[in-house]
Amino acid sequence: MESKRLQEIVADHGKDPAQLLAILQDIQQEENYLPKETLKELARELGVPLARIYSLATFFSSFSLEPRGKHICTVCLGTACHVRGAPRLVDQVERDFAIKAGETTADRQLTLETVNCVGACALGPLVILDGEYHGNMNTAKLGRVLGSLKKE
Amino acid sequence: MAKAFANSADLKAYRQQLLKTRRTETKTISICAGTGCCASGALKLVDGFHRAVRERGLEREVTVRQTGCHGFCERGPLVVLHPELTLYQRVKGADIAEIIERTIQGGEVVERLLYQDAAGHRFVREDELPFYKNQMRLILAQNGHIDPTSIDDYLAVGGYQALAKVLGKSKPEKVCETIRKSGLRGRGGGGFPAGVKWESCRAAPCPDGVRYIICNADEGDPGAFMDRSIMEGNPHSVIEGMIIGAWAIGFPGRPQGYVYIRNEYPLAVERLGIALEQARRLGLLGKNILGSGLDFDIKINKGGGAFVCGESTALMASIEGFVGEPRAKHIHTVESGLWDKPTNLNNVETWANVPLIIDKGVKWYTGIGTGDVSRDPWGGSKGTKIFALVGKVQNTGLVEVPMGTSLRRIIYDIGGGIPGGKKFKAVQTGGPSGGCLPADKLDLPVDFDALTAAGSMMGSGGMIVMDESTCMVDVARYFTHFLADESCGKCVSCREGLRQLGRILDRICAGEGRPGDLELLESLGRTIRSASLCALGQTATNPLDSTLRYFREEYREHVEDKKCRAGVCRALISFRILADKCTGCMICAKKCPEQAISGEKKKPHVIDQSKCIRCGICRDVCKFDAVVVE
Amino acid sequence: MTESQSREVTFKVDGRSLRGRQGESLLEALRRYGYQVPSLCHHEAVSPYGACRLCLVEVQKGKRRKLTTSCNYPLMEGIEVFLDTEQVVSNRRVVLQLLLAQAPAAERVRQLAAEYGVNDTPFEVEDPENRCINCGLCARVCKEVVGVEAIGFSGRGAGKRMVAPYDETAEDCIGCGACVFVCPTDCIGMSETGGIRTIERWHRKLPLKTCSVCGRHFAPTFQLNKFAEWTGLPRGHFDKCPDCR
Repeated sequence: MESKRLQEIVADHGKDPAQLLAILQDIQQEENYLPKETLKELARELGVPLARIYSLATFFSSFSLEPRGKHICTVCLGTACHVRGAPRLVDQVERDFAIKAGETTADRQLTLETVNCVGACALGPLVILDGEYHGNMNTAKLGRVLGSLKKE
Repeated sequence: MAKAFANSADLKAYRQQLLKTRRTETKTISICAGTGCCASGALKLVDGFHRAVRERGLEREVTVRQTGCHGFCERGPLVVLHPELTLYQRVKGADIAEIIERTIQGGEVVERLLYQDAAGHRFVREDELPFYKNQMRLILAQNGHIDPTSIDDYLAVGGYQALAKVLGKSKPEKVCETIRKSGLRGRGGGGFPAGVKWESCRAAPCPDGVRYIICNADEGDPGAFMDRSIMEGNPHSVIEGMIIGAWAIGFPGRPQGYVYIRNEYPLAVERLGIALEQARRLGLLGKNILGSGLDFDIKINKGGGAFVCGESTALMASIEGFVGEPRAKHIHTVESGLWDKPTNLNNVETWANVPLIIDKGVKWYTGIGTGDVSRDPWGGSKGTKIFALVGKVQNTGLVEVPMGTSLRRIIYDIGGGIPGGKKFKAVQTGGPSGGCLPADKLDLPVDFDALTAAGSMMGSGGMIVMDESTCMVDVARYFTHFLADESCGKCVSCREGLRQLGRILDRICAGEGRPGDLELLESLGRTIRSASLCALGQTATNPLDSTLRYFREEYREHVEDKKCRAGVCRALISFRILADKCTGCMICAKKCPEQAISGEKKKPHVIDQSKCIRCGICRDVCKFDAVVVE
Repeated sequence: MTESQSREVTFKVDGRSLRGRQGESLLEALRRYGYQVPSLCHHEAVSPYGACRLCLVEVQKGKRRKLTTSCNYPLMEGIEVFLDTEQVVSNRRVVLQLLLAQAPAAERVRQLAAEYGVNDTPFEVEDPENRCINCGLCARVCKEVVGVEAIGFSGRGAGKRMVAPYDETAEDCIGCGACVFVCPTDCIGMSETGGIRTIERWHRKLPLKTCSVCGRHFAPTFQLNKFAEWTGLPRGHFDKCPDCR
């Protein structure tokens, strides 16, 4: 992230260390992850030790310290999705793309993430691909949805 | 939109004017635009209806409205036509023209879009559906009727009337007393009497008068989404509740408000933001609200994705910009909470109850629910509770019922029972901190105390139905891993305890359970419960304890017989192809990731058990139900 | 200290009436009276954290009696404390078993466990070499006493670990060694060779200053420069070791 842009974000939040979480969210919103250099600069900008920023960034599951893929596949692992077989969907993506949940393929095409419920339980098991919700999934349907990515 | 209201007379006059100018004679098409229906394509429908109405020049006679969640997510996208209340379900873009021409213009009903129950009976009116008919919708009453992005809609149905009733008119102490006498208990999980909390917070010493009023919207229980739905469907009801709270708890000081909301709920964040801006513009937030002298505003803080931040002290640490680690509460947060100031925290549904209580009065409110709260606010559970009815149930969705309604009524009369002719096994209430109740508890009246006595809890109101194909050991394992990951990791008993609990359950599910494992689970569970600091650890073993208590036989089978009767635990099951059902279509063989299936075209196929990884893809792709689990 | 904290209160321990200051750590009050209460994560110099769960006691306040850690329990008028009850003993046992499984290489943990009659653990050992018990004492000392906050926890839950940011060199670390000194399980590691001080766990290497008088290495130059910055004293002041100053 450009220094100037970072300074703008920090200024938007009144240069207030209590707004650290919101600042990190803004950075991730724009960069898709939290770049190391940006966090080091943020520490200097805000006068907050890097250790505290790093703790926050690794404590909350919505942050990623690694660049994420062009496509993001999120499998909901809420209870309703779990009892309807969601873990098998995670297994399937892990197997087909040779990555573990939380990882990105070597070609940066796809990141597999899991989430603990997005509150769309009626549609479970649910998979979100690039922000689009796909409900009532099973391994066969997921194969079709992700099929197009494999060809890319 | 109107100018800012200087006092409650302004507010009333504006409402009168709104009601006069609103075209009551027009027909309205309400399209549910909650997260569930949006995921099923509701937003495209909204656009489609707008276009179709415009093209036909019907703008004057027909209003198209996108509303919050109607609750019957299973059948989305939902479209309700007012004033007849005709409900169409699973509506697609291709149905729009027909709905307008046949129903709106022709007055006919499109049969195929009606809801049909298992017995084949079709229902026309929304309020006749068993799903809705057996509910008591108070908090969710306006979801489905008003546009959540329009403060005028909220005002037109009587919104902010409760605020006008108390601000500058009732003494703050009196308002606290009203809430205490109503018996309102916290809907976020603990069930602590809200009025008692308000009074303690008001009474706490606070030299500079800064008290914090927080709305906990970090709905982290997987399988619960009522708070999301309220914020998406009727955000002003929460804001109104909080302003009333600010008056009751913080006036004449300088109360300040926060909503701590899950980042995973983008739509709720957006709608709440719009609502706050509208309330500010009308002077319902800001300086000297309605001329009462109350200054109050509300900020939104987005959570970072941590279940533990639903715990009040962790939530406050997070607002302060630190990691969400709970602290000891020997000094209560009502005395020293956010930035060491007296802090009152209630959850979304609790706040949404407040305007209702003020509006309709204590007598009316205490007429709903269980027990007697006239002397002791702990004496019963009053009002309604919203449950997210999900899992293995016909009608998935949000259900609002009076406290004390039986599980059977919720699951069978409203939920329509278990799909696929399967047998009910258990219902899990209260999220990861709750427990699983078996069939003989189905007649339990659902309230705070009855659920706790049965070994579960109300939690925020998730209700996950499980059938015979759900493995109870796997469920305990699921919740244990969930909590091991979501624990803040401070206490050894919680962090290491849950890790070890997960490992023991892992080995039991993998068929490697050892004699003595169940006793080890129990002794470890006791320490996790009693030696951990916060509620996450103290309730973490409820799923384990309740399944051990009610479904011990299933554990024993896993450990001793190496069997999983539900067919879930992979190491204990195998897939087989029924020769008489297999048509030899070869689909399974093609899709099998391990090439474990062989057979000739049009001849029964066979699974090589040594290669099979039990992923279940063959069963999913088989169109003839020829693949079975054993 | 605020006024309310300086007020004297009376409390009971196993029936014996004692006095202490309102709001002080119950654990510290107990130790002052000579009671043996085990603990690994507490140090008087920093704020209580309540991580190791060993200093368990039962406290009765009014009608409610509950199990709690004593380090972060603020002393109050009229409370009754019970040590070594069945509840305390059985739960402490399981906590010690959990610690043995987490940090089997920590001498101090093994010693303490043995003192309380726990010689092995029924739980699976994750890493036989591990000594860290995530008590966080190092980070609290670094932040509260040294005023630096060079290290902190990463992650949460079972994956929580004490690290320097990115588990790379802790660039804010001044090499003072306070963390090494307070660590109860000796899992940080500090060495000095060839005029370089290394804090192993934080991957920090700092050259040491040579005393202009006696010629011995006495403190990292980086640390002395920081001191000069914080105190406003001239850098020359720190050219000599404390003994020669």
